[in-house]
Amino acid sequence: MKKTVFLGAFTVAGLAAVAASAGTMDDVKARGKLNCGVTTGLVGFAAPDANGEWKGFDVAVCRAVAAAVLGDASAVEFVPTTGKTRFTALASGEIDMLARNTTWTFSRDVDLKFEFTGVNYYDGQGFMVPKDLGVSSAKELDGATVCIQTGTTTELNLADFFRSNNISYEPVPIETNAEAQQQYLAGACDVYTTDASGLAATRATFENPGDHVLLPEIISKEPLGPLVRHGDHEWGDVVRWTLNALISAEELGITSANIGEMSAGTNNPEINRILGTEGTLGEMLGLDAEWSKRAVAAGGNYGEIFAQNIGEETPIGLARGLNAQWTEGGLLYSPPFR
Amino acid sequence: MADQTTNSVAFVADGNIPESPPPANETGVVKWLRDNLFSGVTNSILTILALVLIYLLLKNTLPWILNGVWNANSLAECREILAGRTGACFAVLTERWPQLIYGFKYPVDAYWRPNVAFVLMLIALAPVLFFDLPRKLLIITAVYPFVAFWLIWGGTILVPVVALLGCVAGGFVFQKAGKNSFAAGFFGAIVAALVVWQAGGWLIPEGASENAWLTAVPSRDLGGYMLNMMLGLTCVSLSLPLGIALALGRQSRMPLIKWISVVFIEFVRGVPLITLLFVASVMLAYFFPPESTVDLFLRVVIMITMFSSAYIAEVIRGGLAALPRGQYEAADSLGLDYPQAMRLIILPQAMKISIPGIVNVAVGLFKDTTLVSVISMFDLVGMIRGPILASTEWNGVYWELWGFAALVFFVVCYGISQYSQWLERRLATDHH
Repeated sequence: MKKTVFLGAFTVAGLAAVAASAGTMDDVKARGKLNCGVTTGLVGFAAPDANGEWKGFDVAVCRAVAAAVLGDASAVEFVPTTGKTRFTALASGEIDMLARNTTWTFSRDVDLKFEFTGVNYYDGQGFMVPKDLGVSSAKELDGATVCIQTGTTTELNLADFFRSNNISYEPVPIETNAEAQQQYLAGACDVYTTDASGLAATRATFENPGDHVLLPEIISKEPLGPLVRHGDHEWGDVVRWTLNALISAEELGITSANIGEMSAGTNNPEINRILGTEGTLGEMLGLDAEWSKRAVAAGGNYGEIFAQNIGEETPIGLARGLNAQWTEGGLLYSPPFR
Repeated sequence: MADQTTNSVAFVADGNIPESPPPANETGVVKWLRDNLFSGVTNSILTILALVLIYLLLKNTLPWILNGVWNANSLAECREILAGRTGACFAVLTERWPQLIYGFKYPVDAYWRPNVAFVLMLIALAPVLFFDLPRKLLIITAVYPFVAFWLIWGGTILVPVVALLGCVAGGFVFQKAGKNSFAAGFFGAIVAALVVWQAGGWLIPEGASENAWLTAVPSRDLGGYMLNMMLGLTCVSLSLPLGIALALGRQSRMPLIKWISVVFIEFVRGVPLITLLFVASVMLAYFFPPESTVDLFLRVVIMITMFSSAYIAEVIRGGLAALPRGQYEAADSLGLDYPQAMRLIILPQAMKISIPGIVNVAVGLFKDTTLVSVISMFDLVGMIRGPILASTEWNGVYWELWGFAALVFFVVCYGISQYSQWLERRLATDHH
């Protein structure tokens, strides 16, 4: 009964804390569910739809990992986290992995004791201005008023950028993206700056998106990716290679449509290794042979996930840009599966 | 001359003149307008200014409300329907209505359960709020928390039944042992309840909730305005008795009890609620093992209850302090012991004085329940800020959603405030 659990929890705490460190993968398998931390809602990246189903670009990573480990893409318990609770939730073991558009930085990786398992979206800070302003480059923004979220790295990046270009600006501090949208539309600032993906998503909601332009300058590096706790390398490997499998699948042309056909065997040995018809990659990870096949089948390869959630066909309309495969001039470059 | 004498008195009234209506200026609408709106130059100017202001306000909001679109599947569709006219997009409210009320994870086929719990809540609250109703109805009130728990969380009915039995056992022991000594009754009741709960915990089979008639719903799946109502109601009803105990404890002559109360009140009052909530959601997770944490809802209830009981304790202490010393002495001279004196003489008067303060805390607490959105619980505000505004369909709808949230909170808070005013009038014993 619940009361017993409540009273016993204190005494059990010490014992179970030892048991919890046995290995995240074993915990996940024993539980039959993956606890995946996501945002409480970010357009295109993670949000529940009208039926309460979580959808989005980050959500797809969680589902792929669940499919690889548990064989069921829906065996995910999505734990919504805010910017303030995300790291404690991961560190305390409440969630097994965090896929919450989190920037990979030195201090988070080293000081906070997390392990970033790759990058699923290369973002960067950009600028949005009304078309009427007649500006075509951020370097022409001398003397502009800029809406900026306080307490974020964007604030520091902005100061650096304007100082290094020897131009001045007047900051209009705001708290949330929603507030920024209203301020910007009301004309309280000439420029709104935040991550480029956020700007695109914001612009997509405007009544007349065509009246606003994103400037070409990207003034910071924001590699966003999933992360796990430091020290559990088996689990970190699973998440890392699931993400790599999604990226490689796109590179090698494995899609959710042709995956059944391809898993019958192809003459490309790497495809065969990914799909488990050749080699023992799954066994090395502590999973079965078809782990990555299931991961790709869950929501498609990286390109399909991108197109479905944030790509140019969606209202958010992000171009691949840096997030194209390395063969197409982007930064996505998965290590080989061999 | 004779004519002159007869005519020297020009007119002699031989009856009352018929009543004529008062001058147009002194009657009806005109008088009211003159007295209330145009009674002087300053007031006339103010009236005109106010009229202009109201006109401007209505001119800008009325078309927005009247042109409102109630049926659409996304903001873009709304804008298409409006085709450039100003108008609200209330469609977000209709499309996401279940999410606003129940959260996004509560099972759809179980929506009737919170609804029934809500109706029962009104019935259970009635005898508490309106004490002219028959006292027997209080039985419903006593059983209600267990029924509501079972309805909303579902699962096996044995859990609420055992919880209820524990409370009944505690109450029974208190009745028996409490006659002679309050302390014996009090601690005996706690022990009895714990024994029953423990025994019940062993008796309930493992996994009894899995195939129960009402599917079990974990706390994480609760949300929407339902969560605000649940938190508000639970915390107000728990913090009132706790606050009374703390207020009395602070006045106690026993040093241990006095200092525990003082430290508790001063500590909790000195910490922002949001800090306590972060402790509840984030820090406690460090101390519990990942699998057997205390339910998040319970953690939040404990924190909010602690917080508001400290405030209520201080409000009631004000009420106690306002009573003249003679009341305490009168109770003593009648030979009443401490519990009797408090229950029969001191508290009824002190509580009456404290009503406005308690209601103030209750209204504040109800609105503070929206703070749980920052610890990623999806109450009404959390639903709006998170899932709804982050969906590709509805990103960018602000006024409609926040206006709705403000409206539903206003309705409840205004209701509470009206009730308290009625209560004050009803309890007024001073003669004018």
